[in-house]
Amino acid sequence: MAEYFIQTMGLPGWLTWSLLAVLSAVLILNLMAGGALVFIWAERKVSARIQDRLGPTRTGGRFGWLQSLADGIKLLAKEDLMPERADKMLFRVAPYVSFCASFAAFIGLPFAFDMVALRLNVGVFYVVAVLGLEVFGVILAGYASASKWSLFGAMREAAQVVSYEVPLGMCIVVPVMLAGTMDLVTIAEKQAGWFTNWYLFHDPFTFVVFWVYTTCAVASVNRAPFDLAEAESELVAGFHTEYSGLRWSFFYMAEYSSMFLVSGLAAILFLGGWNGPVPIASLLGLSEGSGESTGAFVRLVGLANLLGKATLGVLFMMWIRWTLPRLRIDQVMTTCLKYCTPIAAVMFAGAMTWLWVFPGGVLNLNDGSRRPGEIREGWLEGPGGRRAAVTDAPVEDPPVLAEIAEVST
Amino acid sequence: MSSSVASLLPVLAAAEGGLNWQGFLFLLFAALACSLAVAVVLADNVVRMSFYLVLSLGSTAGLFFLAGAEFVGAMQLMIYVGGTLVLLVFGVMLTAQEPFVAIKTPARDKLLAGLVGGALLAVLLQAAVSGPAWSGSMVEGGNAVAPSSGQPSATPLGMALLGVRVDGDVASGEQSPADGQVRSGYLLPFEIVSVHLLVVLVGAAYLARSKRRKSSGGQGGGASTGGMR
Repeated sequence: MAEYFIQTMGLPGWLTWSLLAVLSAVLILNLMAGGALVFIWAERKVSARIQDRLGPTRTGGRFGWLQSLADGIKLLAKEDLMPERADKMLFRVAPYVSFCASFAAFIGLPFAFDMVALRLNVGVFYVVAVLGLEVFGVILAGYASASKWSLFGAMREAAQVVSYEVPLGMCIVVPVMLAGTMDLVTIAEKQAGWFTNWYLFHDPFTFVVFWVYTTCAVASVNRAPFDLAEAESELVAGFHTEYSGLRWSFFYMAEYSSMFLVSGLAAILFLGGWNGPVPIASLLGLSEGSGESTGAFVRLVGLANLLGKATLGVLFMMWIRWTLPRLRIDQVMTTCLKYCTPIAAVMFAGAMTWLWVFPGGVLNLNDGSRRPGEIREGWLEGPGGRRAAVTDAPVEDPPVLAEIAEVST
Repeated sequence: MSSSVASLLPVLAAAEGGLNWQGFLFLLFAALACSLAVAVVLADNVVRMSFYLVLSLGSTAGLFFLAGAEFVGAMQLMIYVGGTLVLLVFGVMLTAQEPFVAIKTPARDKLLAGLVGGALLAVLLQAAVSGPAWSGSMVEGGNAVAPSSGQPSATPLGMALLGVRVDGDVASGEQSPADGQVRSGYLLPFEIVSVHLLVVLVGAAYLARSKRRKSSGGQGGGASTGGMR
């Protein structure tokens, strides 16, 4: 894309990069805002159906399609209140901190083959690191509100998120280990082919790891049954008790984007990313590299696949939110420390052993469909014999740097 | 950290000739990191301090990303910024007797801290400016040249920590033979450090645990007896 701008249109380098940055940012912002609109409507409908109600039915036609839009207008028109004794600066800034952390994590998340704002070769690590920062906004909000309910909620959230990062990280290491790279694009590419190539079905251990990951992901984005930070029966509304209007909606948007983000991460790590359950494109002989229009078509199909999987993940979270009762704080900690962490550790060891015992997979289903040419760091998995080939080649630069060099020379 | 930032100095030098976007971003992140670090010192509320600290450390992570050291940048976010989170929580818990406690620093302490900090800054600045390798060898014609394969990159270091000396084998022109004959790299020191950290963690957990148990029974001396057992 950068080459296209520079060579075809003759734009200078800095303008190209600014344009690309703005384009990516606008796309991600639209995804976050549009996703929040759709998911809030879906949440109303799902919760209504689970509770044997109808949910919104009138706004905007038969199914209440425009309910979220009406909500948004209401939030815009609401008075923006701030407690008299609040720490004004931190109170104002806290929603943006949450939102920015969520936004920054999206930068590293690929949506289809090479359809990623910034391809990092440590993509998983970056996304997890940035996603953990969202809790900052919550703590700041709870503290700056000068309300005990808010502070209680923030402290609970801090304890919960810090604890759940441990099993979450352990679960994420398993697909990273199977793929031999932390590059999210490569991890998804390695699961190409039939759905049996997904890491979910790689071995029994990864199957369990996926469910542990789901639990930890739900906890780390503060959804019920882990929504102690905003337990409305105990803490009024938890950390956002004092917020109203647009500021409050920023928290809401951050929450729904984080749900989408962890679901997308789960889709890439365990559910094959943008590879559908049946490799229709490769059965038809199409691939990302074959021609401009077919390549774009394949990528669009991949985009639809990933968005669909992530949406299913969000719907799953809604399902458990409206099904399970809220846990107590000690039960939350027990779930994390006594169940999730040991299970994740054992499954990690198990997956490692499995990889050692069956290096090519049990049924050898994986070998035919892998595309080694597209796997950038595939040489890492080879034994010593392939390392010699590595030493001949110059050490590969990150793609970003190579493009910078191209631009500036 | 200082060496990584110093490797960016050529970019800064390029910015003097004509501001390119790398130079601009470098200046932006560097100014943010420095000014927010000063704000940490000058703020008098512990939560505001930690908030500024988070922003300052985040800007430093931005510098790492700008230098192409993505792993270090993500590490910075995970460890330092995430660690500040815990600091923040403890700060709130320890000062939660009344809302928004202000911590006043006496003028004497400010003077002392200014002296120590100024001396350290002078030493670092002198080292940063006088380094011969950093005096603009990467700059050609006002444009910063991104490191090519000849420039140091983090990949050989990472591979060496995994036990493969990519750089050494290339430099000596010697092809590494078949299985098991590659050089050992830094795998052993890396593992020793990891085990050492694990021992420290276990020890810390053990000390904390025995101390609490003792103090619930009787007062005093809990930590020392716990350590001796």
